[in-house]
Amino acid sequence: MSVDTATVKRVAKLARIAIRDEEASRLAPELGNILGWIEQLGEVDTSSVQPMTAVIPNRLRLRDDVVTDGNIRAQVLANAPQAEHGFFTVPKVIE
Amino acid sequence: MESTYRIKGATGDWEVVIGLEVHAQVTSNAKLFSGAATAFGAEPNSQVSLVDAAMPGMLPVPNRECIRQAVRTGLAIDAQINKWSRFDRKNYFYADLPQGYQISQLYHPLVGEGAIEIEDGDAVKTIGVERIHVEQDAGKLMHDQHPTRSYVDLNRSGVALMEIVSRPDMRSPAEAGAYLTKLRSILRYVGSCDGNMDQGSMRADVNVSVRKPGDELGTRTETKNVNSVRFVMAAIDHEAKRQVAVLEDGGAIQQETRLFNPDTGTTRSMRSKEDAHDYRYFPDPDLLPLELDDAFIEECRASLPELPDAKRKRYEALGISAYAANVLTAEVESARWFDALLDTGAAPVAAANWVTSELFGALNRLGTSIVDSPVEPGQAAELLALVADGTLSGSLAKQVFEAMLETGDAPGKIVEERGLKQTSDTGAIEAVIADVLTKNPKQLEQYRGGKETLFGFFVGQTMKAMAGKANPQVVNDLLKKALAS
Repeated sequence: MSVDTATVKRVAKLARIAIRDEEASRLAPELGNILGWIEQLGEVDTSSVQPMTAVIPNRLRLRDDVVTDGNIRAQVLANAPQAEHGFFTVPKVIE
Repeated sequence: MESTYRIKGATGDWEVVIGLEVHAQVTSNAKLFSGAATAFGAEPNSQVSLVDAAMPGMLPVPNRECIRQAVRTGLAIDAQINKWSRFDRKNYFYADLPQGYQISQLYHPLVGEGAIEIEDGDAVKTIGVERIHVEQDAGKLMHDQHPTRSYVDLNRSGVALMEIVSRPDMRSPAEAGAYLTKLRSILRYVGSCDGNMDQGSMRADVNVSVRKPGDELGTRTETKNVNSVRFVMAAIDHEAKRQVAVLEDGGAIQQETRLFNPDTGTTRSMRSKEDAHDYRYFPDPDLLPLELDDAFIEECRASLPELPDAKRKRYEALGISAYAANVLTAEVESARWFDALLDTGAAPVAAANWVTSELFGALNRLGTSIVDSPVEPGQAAELLALVADGTLSGSLAKQVFEAMLETGDAPGKIVEERGLKQTSDTGAIEAVIADVLTKNPKQLEQYRGGKETLFGFFVGQTMKAMAGKANPQVVNDLLKKALAS
C-alpha cells in the first residue's frame, strides 16, 4: 500500500503532530513500507483463529463501587501550565 | 401505528426520520475506571484521580456496578446481553478530554438489540434500540469566568455513561418526545440513571433526516447534546423544516454535526469539528475483554423491579382507568407511593382517583413533589377508609385532608378534635330541614309550584346550616320527604 504525503499530513494533523513538507515526503515511503509489511501478515488465513488478547490466560478484573480516590486537587493541577481557582485554564475554546 | 406527521413543503409533504443517541449517566458512587467520586456539585477538580487526569502510567480498572447497571438497563428493554464485549479508544483532542481519547465500545458493545414501546393516544409503537454501550464522560468547560481563558473542571471526567442508540424508527417530534420520556422512566425505575436532565444526567444527540414518503432515507444531520424533552422536540421541528427548505431550494443536506440553541429554538453547524469524525478507533490495550458469566446476568435480571408497562397493566387490571394508571406509573416515586397505599388494603379505584386528583393537586399547589409529601401512604389509607365507611363525606374529606397537610396529624385525630364527623342522625337533620323550609317560604312555594331545580338550593342550605357535616345521601332522602309532604 502506498501512502502519499497528503495522507501523512492528515494523519499528523489528527494526532496534533507538526511536520514540515520535507518530513512528510520522507515519512510517506517509510509508512508505506510498514503498511506493506502489515498487509503481508494479512495474507495468512486467520478466519478460524480467535484474536489473542493476552499471552497468559487472564480475565479483566472489576472493581467494587467504592470511592477510594480523589481530593488531590493540588497534585492533579501540579503540572498544569496554568490554573486558577482550582480549575485548569486553557485558551478560550468556545463553539 | 403509521405516523401521519408531515412537513408541508412547496413540493408536497415530507416525512421526518428520527433516531436518538441518549447519553445517560450511570448511577454509581465511583467512576467507570477510577475510585474517584461522582457526586454532582463538588468543588472543581476535587473528584479527580490520576487516572481521570490521564497521568502517564495510570491503568483503568472497570467498576463492576457500572457494568451491572448497564446490563440491568439492557434486560429492562428486553435486549440481548453480550457476554463478551470490549473497550475501544475513540481518539480526538478537546480541552475537556485529558486522555486524548475516550474509552468507549464501538465494535463489541455490552448490550445489543432491544426495544421500547411508546404510546401516542391509544396507538402503541415499538422503537428499536440498536445497542447500549458504556463509556467515559468528558470534563466540563466553563467559558464565562474569564475574558480570554476557558476553565476546565475534570470532576465529570471518567464518570460512567450508557450510550443508548435507537433505530431511526421515530417519525415525529411527538414520537421522539414519547421515546425519551419512556426511556427516562425506565432508567429511573431500574435505578441505573437518575434522569436529572437539568443536571446533565441525560442528554440526547438527535439524528434527523427528511424524505418524501416512501423514498429512500435522506442524508441525516446530528444535533448534539440536547438536554430536555422539549428541546429535543424543538430541535427536530427546526431541523426538519430547515432540511426541507434546503432541499426544495435545490440544495443538498451535508452530513454534519449541529448545535441546538435553546434560546432561539434553532440549530447551527459546528464547522470547527470537520475532522472530528475520523476517530481512529482501536481496541484499548489497557483493558482485557469484558467477560460476563450467567450468574452475573441472572443476578441483574433478578434485581429488576416491576417496570412501568407491567405496573400500568396491573393497575388497569385492578379497574383503575388507563389515564390514572399512566399518571401513577410515569414517575417511579409516584408509583412507589401508590403501591405503598395499595399495600394498606385501600380500594384501588378510589385510591387512584384520590391520589391523582386530591394528592397531586395539593402537591402541585404546595410546589412540592411526592418524595416530600407531607402526607404518608398510611395516613392517606386512613382517610380513604373514613370516606369508605361513611364517617366522612367528600367535602369533609377535603377539609380533613387540608388539615392533614397543615398539621401532619392523622385523619382520625383531626376528625375527633375538630368534630368533622359526618352525621347521619336523622332527627338532627330533620330539625334543620324544617328550619330551612320555614326560613325560605318563597323558594318553597316555587318548588311546590313545579320549579324542581330548587332542590339543590335546599340541599345547599341544609348542608350549610350543618357546616357540611350531614351525610348528603341522608339529606337528600329526608329533603325529598319533607318537600313532598
